[in-house]
Amino acid sequence: MRRAIFAVMATIAGLVLLLSFKTTALQGPTAQPPAAPVSAATEPRRSAGTATRTVTGPVVNTKWGPVQVKVSLAGGRISDVQALRLPRRAALSQQISSYAVPRLRAEAMQAQSARIDVISGATYTSQGYRQSLQAALDAAR
Amino acid sequence: MGAVQVVEVMGTVFSIDIRDPGFYGHVIDEVIRWWHRVDRTFSPFRPDSTISRLNRAELTPDECGPQVAAVLSLCRRLKRLTGGYFDATATGRFDPCGLVKGWSIETASAMLTRAGARNHCINGGGDIRCAGQPEPGLPWHVGIADPHRCRQLAATVLVGDAALATSGTAERGPHVLDPHTGGPATALASVTVVGPNLTWADAYATAAVAMGEQAWVWLCTLGGHEGLVIAADGTSRQTPGFPSLPGPRRPQGAVNSDVRLDR
Repeated sequence: MRRAIFAVMATIAGLVLLLSFKTTALQGPTAQPPAAPVSAATEPRRSAGTATRTVTGPVVNTKWGPVQVKVSLAGGRISDVQALRLPRRAALSQQISSYAVPRLRAEAMQAQSARIDVISGATYTSQGYRQSLQAALDAAR
Repeated sequence: MGAVQVVEVMGTVFSIDIRDPGFYGHVIDEVIRWWHRVDRTFSPFRPDSTISRLNRAELTPDECGPQVAAVLSLCRRLKRLTGGYFDATATGRFDPCGLVKGWSIETASAMLTRAGARNHCINGGGDIRCAGQPEPGLPWHVGIADPHRCRQLAATVLVGDAALATSGTAERGPHVLDPHTGGPATALASVTVVGPNLTWADAYATAAVAMGEQAWVWLCTLGGHEGLVIAADGTSRQTPGFPSLPGPRRPQGAVNSDVRLDR
């Protein structure tokens, strides 16, 4: 369970970057550089609670810079995805905050608001699993 | 309550989701050992597997043991039932991958039930066996991955004790061969088959992808099974009893209803 969450957090961080990279490439840099918030935690950390808990992912070093995300779980389901640390490149950070994180959050919640227990699909490789909704569901359980 | 265990085996990832209260570590370990044993015996990618030795004629079928004999017999039976479209020898060697994963999950599901975990769901790389209920009074909600839109669902299916297998080109490209032409089957993006047993559902889904345009009509003729066919062009069609929730409608594919299969 703990290892699964760790893997999924890293996956989410990677996905956030992939999603944002697409828009950055399309739209080019923007003018407003927001300050990227920074968290020092490098281990998954959970705040216990009866209904809602949060899991802080590891800092994932990507070729664009370090990324760290926090996932909120309510009743065992993903209720929110937030970016704690983003690459220093201001334009990319802007894209991640304004586009990739909301999109990822919407996708995770769309799957879960429908009360999905499990996902059937063409056989994924071990690598494909890490980018699948099934991995997110396994981590949320 | 319950437990989720994720394990990497047979070149993919298996998830075991148990909803009964209690601790099932012992039977989960037993199931994982079983899957690794199946992989060691049946993998055509391991040179030392029984199947590889059979393919190199180092062993005769009689020397391979009762489990290999059972799988060989299932493969022959399914080849007949699918008009030759499920063919474990399509590549010229015996490769039971299209059946062994589902078969080994069926066995695992029975092991869990025997150990008291009657409400569980096993996902082996996208092929699913559900048993019981996720919560009292609720069916399992199974999302069918959309082969054209990453991390989105094409349909949601509600089931109790049931098996769901999806075969298609979304994850590993066109890897299903049409045994009648020898070429890759590319007309369909994915086929999902729902039935009582994952051994059959898995082989039927593979066969349906190989059939291409004939798949939907064939699925309609299968007693006790339902199917969802999503074509490469994004159109989709499901059999009349397919247990999906109403969702956004996708364009329906044209179906050639004159197609017949020799059974």
